Amino acid sequence: MVQINLPKNSEVTKGKYYQDKTGSKNIRKVNVYRWDPSTEENPRLDTYEVDMDNCPSKVLDILNKIKNEIDPTLAYRRSCAHGVCGSCAMNMGGKNGLACTTPHAEIHGDIDIYPLPHLKVKRDLIGDLDGLYKQYQSIEPWLKNNSTKETTEIVQSKEERAKLDGAYECIMCACCSTSCPSYWWNGDKYLGPAVLLQAYRWIIDSRDEERKARLKKVADELKLYRCHTILNCTSACPKGLNPAKAIAEIKKMIATANV
Amino acid sequence: MSSYKIINHEYDVVVLGAGGSGLRAAVGLCEAGLKTACISKVFPTRSHTSAAQGGISAALGNMGEDDWRWHMYDTVKGADWLGDQDSIEYLCKEAPKAVIELEKYGVPFSRTEEGKIYQRPFGGMTKNYGNGIVQRTCAAADRTGHAILHTLYGQALKHNTEFFIEYFALDLLMKDGECKGLIAWNLNDGTIHRFRAHTVIIATGGYGKVYYSATSAHTCTGDGNAMVLRAGLPLQDMEFVQFHPTGIYGHGTLISEGVRGEGGYLVNSKGERFMERYAPNAKDLASRDVVSRSMSIEINEGRGVGKDKDHVHLHLSHLDKSVIENRLPGITDAARLFANVDVTKDPIPVVPTVHYNMGGIPTNYKAEVLTVNGSEKTVPGLMAIGEAACVSVHGANRLGSNSLIDLVVFGRAAAKRAAELVKPGTPHEEIGESETQKCLDRFDKLRNAKGDNSTADLRLAMQKTMQSKCAVFRTEKNLKEGVDEIKKTYDGMNSISVKDRSLVFNTDLVETLEFDNLIRQAVTTVESAYHRKESRGAHAREDYPKRDDEKFMQHTLAWCDGKNTKISYREVHKSTLTNEVQYFPPQERVY
Repeated sequence: MVQINLPKNSEVTKGKYYQDKTGSKNIRKVNVYRWDPSTEENPRLDTYEVDMDNCPSKVLDILNKIKNEIDPTLAYRRSCAHGVCGSCAMNMGGKNGLACTTPHAEIHGDIDIYPLPHLKVKRDLIGDLDGLYKQYQSIEPWLKNNSTKETTEIVQSKEERAKLDGAYECIMCACCSTSCPSYWWNGDKYLGPAVLLQAYRWIIDSRDEERKARLKKVADELKLYRCHTILNCTSACPKGLNPAKAIAEIKKMIATANV
Repeated sequence: MSSYKIINHEYDVVVLGAGGSGLRAAVGLCEAGLKTACISKVFPTRSHTSAAQGGISAALGNMGEDDWRWHMYDTVKGADWLGDQDSIEYLCKEAPKAVIELEKYGVPFSRTEEGKIYQRPFGGMTKNYGNGIVQRTCAAADRTGHAILHTLYGQALKHNTEFFIEYFALDLLMKDGECKGLIAWNLNDGTIHRFRAHTVIIATGGYGKVYYSATSAHTCTGDGNAMVLRAGLPLQDMEFVQFHPTGIYGHGTLISEGVRGEGGYLVNSKGERFMERYAPNAKDLASRDVVSRSMSIEINEGRGVGKDKDHVHLHLSHLDKSVIENRLPGITDAARLFANVDVTKDPIPVVPTVHYNMGGIPTNYKAEVLTVNGSEKTVPGLMAIGEAACVSVHGANRLGSNSLIDLVVFGRAAAKRAAELVKPGTPHEEIGESETQKCLDRFDKLRNAKGDNSTADLRLAMQKTMQSKCAVFRTEKNLKEGVDEIKKTYDGMNSISVKDRSLVFNTDLVETLEFDNLIRQAVTTVESAYHRKESRGAHAREDYPKRDDEKFMQHTLAWCDGKNTKISYREVHKSTLTNEVQYFPPQERVY
């Protein structure tokens, strides 16, 4: 029987406990994953008691409160705070999402906060997305069109433009890819839902002249066909997009376009 | 003395910042064959350009007749005659080309029936020099900034731009008044990097986070502006802070002016469309300073809505459902998420919210940084673009959708100018260690700060002061109190505390360095506001309600070495670049 265990230095230990100092009667326990590569220590789970009477509604507000009032050493990415920059993607209450748009009221019991699953961790809640960004570059995310007219736009009908809806809005937060078991297993070769959705965005852009070459490039057993329609991606997307459908569309195009 | 191992790099040009303007510059520099590094404290698509919603202005004339001269007039008037008209001419004339270029890069603009780029009405954008509304703002639904930022990042990848991501810039390297590069801290592994460059282009964005309630991202801390101050150079027109009329009440999330462009309107507690009284012609599409002031007056006179009567309502439920679905999907989500409002049924609670800094690093229209030493001079080796820069095209008040066009037009201009000035592969001259040491001493001191004041507490004190003492309406008394309180907060830095000692993603230290940057800008902002004894654009003095062209048709310059602030003035450029258009002399500004 094969036994799969975490290596000893990856086991998450019990961390520090920060008791409430405000005397609030409305306390929630927040468990946060902590790890600093510059120490020799194992990762740990710190617990913070947070006064919810003076905390706005989103998970990011809890983290900000911890950082500002309890423990400034907590590290996480954040920027726009309204769901457009994609910085604060993490795993909250077992689900991937953006901390700035996820209401903590939707999480029952203690609030568990981890980095996005199955990424290398840079520190605390900061995941390593370098691999995903390289994959993004590999699909050549720029328009390929030889039009040289400098004074007018390339004509695109409203209907053609409408095909980009649901694809161009992706904010590259990686909630989808890091929720995908197939990407967990083959993340080095399988492009994953985030990058395939981006590939799809350029494939279906009526202005692009390299559709066939783009399809050919992704028509690969590992890059594309590791999608097994688990659909975690679609349920994880904080922008309500449907990467699984985009992947299915790519497969359909390859099947019918004689690539 | 602090000792850190330093990793050295040599580039022809270094771009600091990877938002809309930084990326556009980087693309142009790579095209010109210059060895270019682009350094950013966040991954490029996380930059705040992504939050721009409504659109990008350019007189394309896709929705009826338009002319770049009309656009120029609107911008001059929007700026309340504080803009440099040579720069404004350049911006408006280059704008159509820049938007077409973006489209060719792949930006998914919304379309007209003929398949052209869709354009919507926006505040202050008029036809025929103020006679009627024009549709000039090119839009990708209400996610124009997001669409542009992601497209520009793609272009930068196409040109193999070398990125240094999650590097936090500390200081410029100056020698005899010339910029020779900069020093940055790699958050990923804690190493210190020295970049030598013939030209540094600062594209670090605005500093909205000096205020408590802002649409700005957490990362909008104006790091480049502060680096310029520490290099002994001035910032310009810092008193001009734009309050966007429609930030979501209580949260600050931006609700695009595009909502009013598409037919939405503001209503007070009496159900009145009050903008009809303040701007009989443009109404809800008057420029932002005018609308924000009108809202503030309504609230101050007791006609606000809500329990505390401290905000107003933005109505759009009367709009056609298809308009909301197709052109305003993003703000529909934002209203649901942050105001719990279904926009098809209920109004959005909104309040004027800090949104944009007209002020910044003074430059000419070629993006070269200026200083005044007897007369106006460029600073060799240093350029600035985007919200960090004060070109000045926005003067005392920026028109909506003029910021995105500013990014790409001047991003491109900077690359062009750098390509003229720098020959690829030119060897770098030696620079002494003293500048590096000075920078690292500051870094080390903050890293090991063991005082009593938490960064978060000092930051909050600064933000609250700015919010109450340097807001939409200002007075001598308020501003004086503001100057004193900000000084006190600044002094609080002597006993600042940093708890995290790591060098890897030490965000405690990042925020402390950011605070050190913010507080210097808070000082220059409130000092500049105190000294400008007139009302112009976004700077409304209750004690000096009139514009005073004789004394103040001048740019404020503010130097700040931490302890001392010096205020001086620089002439507004009163001529155009070419004779294709004539100078627009000052007029009374009514909408």
